[in-house]
Amino acid sequence: MRRMKTLAAAAAIVLAGLAVAQPVLADSDTAPADYAKALNGKRVILIPLAMGFDLAQGWAAILKREVTAFGGTFETRDPNWSTEAGAQAITEAISSSPRPDVLVVMAPDLNSYTRILKKAQDAGIFVLLIDNPANFKADTYMGSDWTKLGAVEAGAAVEACGEGTSKKIGLVQGDEVNATSIFQYEGIMNVINQHPDLKVVAKPVSNWDPTTSRTVTATMLQQNPDLCAIIDFWDGDATGAAAAIRDANLQGKVKLITTGGGEKSADCDMLENGTYDAVVMTELPKEAGDMVAMIKYLLQTGMKPGSYTAHLYTLEQATTKANMRPDSCWDLKALQAMAGN
Amino acid sequence: MLLRNLDQARIVLAITVAIFIAAALGLPGFLDPGNLIAIVRSISVLGILALGMALVVIGRGIDLSMVAVMAMSVAWYLHLLNAGWGDHAALGVTLGAVLLIGAINGVLVAYAEVPAIFVTLATGSFAFGFVRSQVITSDAVNVPARHWILTLGQMRPGGVPADIYVFLCLAVAAFLFLRFTKWGRYVYYAGDNPVAARNSGMPVRPMLVLRYVIAALSAFVAGLLTAASLQSINTRVVNSTLLYDIVLVAVIGGIGLSGGKGGVRNVLIGAALIGIMLNAMTILDIPQLYQNLIKSTILLVAIVVDGLLNPRDEQTAQQGDI
Repeated sequence: MRRMKTLAAAAAIVLAGLAVAQPVLADSDTAPADYAKALNGKRVILIPLAMGFDLAQGWAAILKREVTAFGGTFETRDPNWSTEAGAQAITEAISSSPRPDVLVVMAPDLNSYTRILKKAQDAGIFVLLIDNPANFKADTYMGSDWTKLGAVEAGAAVEACGEGTSKKIGLVQGDEVNATSIFQYEGIMNVINQHPDLKVVAKPVSNWDPTTSRTVTATMLQQNPDLCAIIDFWDGDATGAAAAIRDANLQGKVKLITTGGGEKSADCDMLENGTYDAVVMTELPKEAGDMVAMIKYLLQTGMKPGSYTAHLYTLEQATTKANMRPDSCWDLKALQAMAGN
Repeated sequence: MLLRNLDQARIVLAITVAIFIAAALGLPGFLDPGNLIAIVRSISVLGILALGMALVVIGRGIDLSMVAVMAMSVAWYLHLLNAGWGDHAALGVTLGAVLLIGAINGVLVAYAEVPAIFVTLATGSFAFGFVRSQVITSDAVNVPARHWILTLGQMRPGGVPADIYVFLCLAVAAFLFLRFTKWGRYVYYAGDNPVAARNSGMPVRPMLVLRYVIAALSAFVAGLLTAASLQSINTRVVNSTLLYDIVLVAVIGGIGLSGGKGGVRNVLIGAALIGIMLNAMTILDIPQLYQNLIKSTILLVAIVVDGLLNPRDEQTAQQGDI
């Protein structure tokens, strides 16, 4: 009997201990629940300049996978390079129901979207600005520091225009209004001006169109067949400058430097076959990873949209055939297959 | 009396020659054969498109679907090749689609009597939207390796790019068609006064369909040449100002939008003006904003001078002037 009592007492003590221990076990990690509460059902919309180019499709693939994984909904809008259609999409998103929680926007220029994006923040929507800077206090800007990017391109040109070359450089600008073009130009000239022996002989504009890029580059090469480097402001139209160099039989003599989204067929394949000599590439998976991180972070802070702004610049470096690694580029097809779209 | 003979084409020709002489005297290397070839080449694709447009405009129509047809047909063709289709099958499918779009344009304008501007705007948007959303996954489509299009792009018979030969051949063909064939002459009658042309027994409607089909075909050729040179086609060109440039080349050369006037000569003059201006301004390294200003000023001058010398009145005005 005594033994029974002892056993019972021991059992009671053990049970009591368990009862005390139970709550400790249960709240050992409440974070996942808070995380889920903050993120579940959140609506994220990506509004790039167009859905039809490599960067936008890469961002969309990664965002879709991540946002869906934390229980949110992910949508895209395709303004197809039209500023008006983009503004319309943002306005429509702000007034839609349920209201989106995060807008990921690529602005076409410095000013067009300033007011409506402010309106979005006032309505309680976080605004992430990607790739193209704008005069607007976004919750985060992520993408290139275009002045730095231009400087890196110019650095590659300086390297191409070493001793024994003509020291003449040609530029094929995008346009003369877009921030990416203006800042890129500024960055290039900053570097060129530090090298008094280098000279920019011409700086025509392609309007981001490959045919125009070909035509102006052909004229430039006709006038200056001894150019040592050409910097074209985007790989989307640099195929034109490349064609002009090829037509003039100057491949290998005139180094072609450009910038792009780092997609395999658009950049690494072109470096491999000698079409481009250096490409300053956006590290897309990293950049999209930053987006995901900021979305997760902002949605958990409980902060009021527009109260803080930060810049997450991507690492700018010139990739050449020599320093290219197997993972220097990302493969759009593989990424889309991974995201299941 | 001399001034009376100055129609718009001659005014533009005079301006073109003046700019050419000024550039030849003032710009180093402008007269270099390589530079002259580059000028002609820069306008050969534009010129081919403008030839197709001219044919339609002379017959009192307009084809706003040309750039979409050019980019989307070739993008589709290249996409099929990249997907492993045989060349004949891929070419057959896309060529069929091009003919179909041209025929739809023509039939809707000729038989349903919908204004050409609406029909072609719609079919152009349709061609872009369909191919972009249903067929290709990205704006740009590359030409597959070792394809004949690449060979075409590298061809330099006599040191001159193939685009120029194609442009010149098509210009001669269009000239012969308009000048020496019965249906070619009918284009002017139908453009000048469709009702009278019809009453006198001309097959106005089938001819109209034919013109839109030819325009679509010329767009396809222009697209193939673009892809040959760039080794890819970028469908973003549909959003560019290329379409306005095509209309501009035709109109500035003196082909009235009201129909019945002009010919291949006018296309060549208009294209030459655009090509020489762009080349000279690129050599001078003029900023783009000024380039646009200079270009538009020259165009305005040509139009104003034409308006002063050849005023429109009840006799010359036509119904359907745009």
